[in-house]
Amino acid sequence: MAEHLETSKPLLEVKNLKKFFPIKRGFLSKTIGHVKAVDGVSFFVREGETLGLVGESGSGKTTTGRMIVRAHDPSAGSIIFRDRDMGEVDIATLEKSQLKRLRRNIQMIFQDPYSSLNPRMTLLDIVGEPLLVNRIASGKQLTHRVAELLEVVGLRPQYMNRYPHAFSGGQRQRIGIARALAMNPQLIVCDEPVSALDVSVQAQILNLLQDLQRQFRLTYLFVAHDLSVVEHISDRVAVMYVGKIAESATTSKLFTTPKHPYTEALLSAVPKPDPRIRTEPMILSGEVADPANPPSGCYFHPRCRYKIDKCVSEAPVLREIEPDHFVSCHRAEELKLTGAFGPVGVQAPKHSDSQERVEMEKGSV
Amino acid sequence: MEDTRPLLLEVEDLKTYMFLDEGTVHAVDGASFSVRRGETLGIVGESGCGKSITARSIMRIVRKPGKIVNGKILWHRTPPSPGNLGQTLDLTTLPEQGEEMRNIRGGEIAMVFQEPMSSLSPVHTIGNQIMEVIMLHQKVSKQEAREKTLLMLNQVGMPQPSRIIDRYPHQLSGGMRQRAMIAMALSCHPDLLIADEPTTALDVTTEAQILSLMRRLQEELGMAIMFITHNLGVVAQMTERVIVMYMGRVVEDASVDDLFYDPKHPYTQALLRSIPRMGSKALGEHTRLASIKGTVPDPFNLPKGCPFHPRCEHAMPGICNVIDPGVTQVGPNHTTRCHLYGDPSQVIPLESKTPASSVA
Repeated sequence: MAEHLETSKPLLEVKNLKKFFPIKRGFLSKTIGHVKAVDGVSFFVREGETLGLVGESGSGKTTTGRMIVRAHDPSAGSIIFRDRDMGEVDIATLEKSQLKRLRRNIQMIFQDPYSSLNPRMTLLDIVGEPLLVNRIASGKQLTHRVAELLEVVGLRPQYMNRYPHAFSGGQRQRIGIARALAMNPQLIVCDEPVSALDVSVQAQILNLLQDLQRQFRLTYLFVAHDLSVVEHISDRVAVMYVGKIAESATTSKLFTTPKHPYTEALLSAVPKPDPRIRTEPMILSGEVADPANPPSGCYFHPRCRYKIDKCVSEAPVLREIEPDHFVSCHRAEELKLTGAFGPVGVQAPKHSDSQERVEMEKGSV
Repeated sequence: MEDTRPLLLEVEDLKTYMFLDEGTVHAVDGASFSVRRGETLGIVGESGCGKSITARSIMRIVRKPGKIVNGKILWHRTPPSPGNLGQTLDLTTLPEQGEEMRNIRGGEIAMVFQEPMSSLSPVHTIGNQIMEVIMLHQKVSKQEAREKTLLMLNQVGMPQPSRIIDRYPHQLSGGMRQRAMIAMALSCHPDLLIADEPTTALDVTTEAQILSLMRRLQEELGMAIMFITHNLGVVAQMTERVIVMYMGRVVEDASVDDLFYDPKHPYTQALLRSIPRMGSKALGEHTRLASIKGTVPDPFNLPKGCPFHPRCEHAMPGICNVIDPGVTQVGPNHTTRCHLYGDPSQVIPLESKTPASSVA
């Protein structure tokens, strides 16, 4: 999908974004340091595409997503968004009074469908609330629009007067998606939307998100930790490590020819669903660096098998080493790294003819 | 290809029900399978399929209002040798808190849980918790127990074991806590380790560390492992044989290779087709995942016949929604519970699946 979009202007441009959370101690709550949750992150999302933002816990991916909807105020940096109504705005410095208008066009889908829906509100209230608050619709019109939205996400409109507890995890996630769609947004920040779901339901939701994207020309920022899910849904992927972007590229480039040693290790660590390809993954030694007290130079150097002296003393900057491939590693050009390619799993066998015949015979019994 | 390793555990027609105010949930509803000595068995299924309750039934730690209502759990304590039949116990007949069960639990069968933070005591040091297990099951002094604990921590690759031994769980990272849990579980050299989603709460690079550790420890110590997970990647990489559970029953039992390359049950097939596979996009393959329609049925209101039939694309009206399928042999060491592979008029009774074993 990315090819024909290559030339389109980015819808969202994040530049040198930072978020430091103060660490407070003692009676007077003196600030004794900062957790650098997001420490100079830059990326862009083109209109109509999906950017996957991956990283391990504590890498700052969720904080980044939240700053884009201004659930957190950034400490520094800019977030340029081409708003349909307001034109080009910097979300990072937008006045509080304008946030309401912004949030019509940027919506969020949350990870936990159990805690993100108010148990005391019916589906009509939940999905209709954004329409009511923004005075788009009320009364009969509202009911009609909510029914339409529920249908779009694959729920029966008759359920609109029920409460969330009556629904399963996958159905609840659909409710959250319907609510996000209510204002017909340009950008949806999806924060781990399928990680709380079972495999079979996960596939339903991923397919739904893809269908909706095509139908409504949506742009997604897809925050997740599951690399196979991210590969499946994204046009481009950005990998975060301890508050910084380690690498970003088109999905196929990142997965076949990674240029950052951390990406290589991540890809290698994913257990491949094929028993005939049993590989001993590249094991990273040690732990993820502490964002309150990061190591010198490149944050990844204590765990990196390719480190040189320069990595300890000097922090690498994110640079474009080939069109649309950004890496923050001193040795990006010289290293030959392994992608996720080798083990391409077999497709689960389709039902053979003989099996189908058996079924036919059985059916006629 | 015949597996000659002696049987270690046989579960026969196990039924564990939850007696709730709203009704009875058949959490485990006639599960049968076996584990051989030194074997790695994977148990896969979605949430609510009964895989964890099966493990808890074996450990006899099913919480009220849950209760084992039927079936046998045969524990072959010592392997049979010439002139000796070996010792076999039916764990379902032992009192939960009895001495025998307490010796088995932790000593012969050990368990690693998903959430290390909630299964370790927050007010005792890692060292004291592991020492407690050792002193409970072995006749050793406190000093010896501490030495054994240090050895164990070393074996699970804990950095700086002599310092970590006096730390509390909250001072450790998720990966280190899981290492401590594994050290505790293996401290008495169990014959069977039940690992219930041991890496689900961990990041992918930490998961790789723990999986590789478990593989190494199994080679060194030779225990059997029951690996409970919903992650098909972990199953493919870690196990020899797999059982797939759906609504409390085993719907397929196969070698890991057969399961991935020749799955028989429509549920297994659908499950395998619904996972995104890394590398497929680079090859320009499919853009849509195959999903299983509908959701897992309401446990209080199970469908008649085969519990999977409302979601099954091969469901045969008049058969699947009426008759509960029995176990069918579909290949050597490969069984499934589906009408597609057997004559539904001759449902094989469950009892005939496993050879009768005598209880010593």
